[in-house]
Amino acid sequence: MNGSFNIKRIITYAALSLAALTFIYPFIWMIGASLAPLHEVGNMKFWPAHPTINNFQLMIGKIPIGRSLFNSLLVALLTTSLVLLTGSTVGYALAKLQFRGRQLIFYIIVFTMSLPFQITLIPNYITMVNLRLVDTYMALVVPFAVSAFAILMFRQAFQGLPQALIDAARLDGCSELGLIFRILWPNIKPTIITVAILTFIGSWNEVLWPLIVIRNEQLMTMPQLVTLFAVGGRADSQLGVKIAAAVLLALPVMIAFLFFQKHFIQSMASTGLKD
Amino acid sequence: MSTALAMNKKKAGKLSKAKLLPYLMVSPYLLFVLVFVVFPVLFCLFLTFHKWNIIAPMQFAGMDNYSRLFQDRLFWKAIGNTLKFLLLHIPLQLIVSLLLAWLLNQKIRAVSFFRASFFMPVIVSGVVVTILWQQLLGYDTGLINKLLMSIGLNKVGWLVDPDMAIYSIAVMATWKNVGLYVILFLVGLQTVPPQYYEASELDGASRWQQFYHITLPMINPTIFMVVILSTIGGFSLFIEPYIMTGGGPLNTTLSAVLYIYKQAFQYYNMGYSATLGFFYAIMIMTVVVLQKKFIEKEV
Repeated sequence: MNGSFNIKRIITYAALSLAALTFIYPFIWMIGASLAPLHEVGNMKFWPAHPTINNFQLMIGKIPIGRSLFNSLLVALLTTSLVLLTGSTVGYALAKLQFRGRQLIFYIIVFTMSLPFQITLIPNYITMVNLRLVDTYMALVVPFAVSAFAILMFRQAFQGLPQALIDAARLDGCSELGLIFRILWPNIKPTIITVAILTFIGSWNEVLWPLIVIRNEQLMTMPQLVTLFAVGGRADSQLGVKIAAAVLLALPVMIAFLFFQKHFIQSMASTGLKD
Repeated sequence: MSTALAMNKKKAGKLSKAKLLPYLMVSPYLLFVLVFVVFPVLFCLFLTFHKWNIIAPMQFAGMDNYSRLFQDRLFWKAIGNTLKFLLLHIPLQLIVSLLLAWLLNQKIRAVSFFRASFFMPVIVSGVVVTILWQQLLGYDTGLINKLLMSIGLNKVGWLVDPDMAIYSIAVMATWKNVGLYVILFLVGLQTVPPQYYEASELDGASRWQQFYHITLPMINPTIFMVVILSTIGGFSLFIEPYIMTGGGPLNTTLSAVLYIYKQAFQYYNMGYSATLGFFYAIMIMTVVVLQKKFIEKEV
């Protein structure tokens, strides 16, 4: 090919590489800084000259970070299971069963999706107080146990399946729930993976709601605990400790992303493609 | 006679069971909507006419909360800050994500590597990104200022300058989210049939003309989506100022959600906070509907 073509390609690669560096370098710096001794933290260098795990040891001594990791995992797993369960049963009913009010429920779902959370935030907190759920795992799981988005995703997936599959299973005496989870689920794996990833990440990264309903340090989720640690002054004198907390918060998701990159990107991209 | 009746009954029982099943299946959702959507919206409206600190009994306050809202300079400042944030965030997000998607669409190698690196901040918690950028943007020890000084420039008060701080946060939020929109635009760009470009090339169209007359109209739905999603996301701005600046300097990074949160959980003004939330939610829905109308007209 001609010269100008090559120059264009070089510029394209250079621009993309520069962009990639802008996105990756801060993370690498962060991991380096978390391993740096106090006097080296402010350096721009890629890697500390004298790496140490001192920052992590200090942090573990100050906050129950291990417990918060457990809390976050438990809450995210429970939320994801419930969203998959409720999403597929409601989605199935809307897609494959005939009943009065079906269209109305569909409109309600679409409407609730466009309702900003700011309007329900304070009343939902008061509901938690009245149900005596403040400072329980339930407060972190129940308000997220049903997802309008998941219902619509499952509805769409079930609509794409042939009626013959359902009729055959019913003839064999399969119950409706057995039909959904044993016969239909294996046919909609991409939807299940998408809903599971988005729900899990959403639950894992949620921080405003835990800040409102959890005050007991032993029940805090990881992002909440790290947030309060970062703003609360307990880490103030030691930058490295704060960064170490951020690294621990980032690592599980980053590792999961490296392994299931394709699924992550496809799932996230589908959030916008639903209509 | 009696057997026929029994059979009829049996049939009716079976029928109603089959009829009931769908309602049984959607009932968890209906219960959920009742408890976590319908009741809160009505209760929120109810709270807007009351004064309540959660401990003492509720007091009827008439329109007090509303008149307070319209005179509350800090609330309007918070709205203004949020709008300033959006003013930079939305165009920046559109331009950067479209540019990166366009570069990725040039039949290059290692697309998945670039895509993954742009995507990394999207999946990581906003808490991580904020703590990280706090170090990058620090005045004395921040990496960006160190970099500026090493090439002989002056330090910039990214987070301490009142005229600057909200825009620094807008750039950070763009850095966090742009990877998602790159993917959306890449999908959009790939839906443009290559024949369109080939045909217009034969007609002697320039690259810019191609972009303006072919690409842009084809990816219009994606642009619309990016604008709406960034708007809703921007109106929810909370954790970034909460961690980074606490709303300062001089309340210039106080976002509306942060102010609502403070009214409820620092000052325990539940009624007033609910009023702010109610008003703010209606404002958001209005803006989104207007955007929808405006963009649909443009198509």
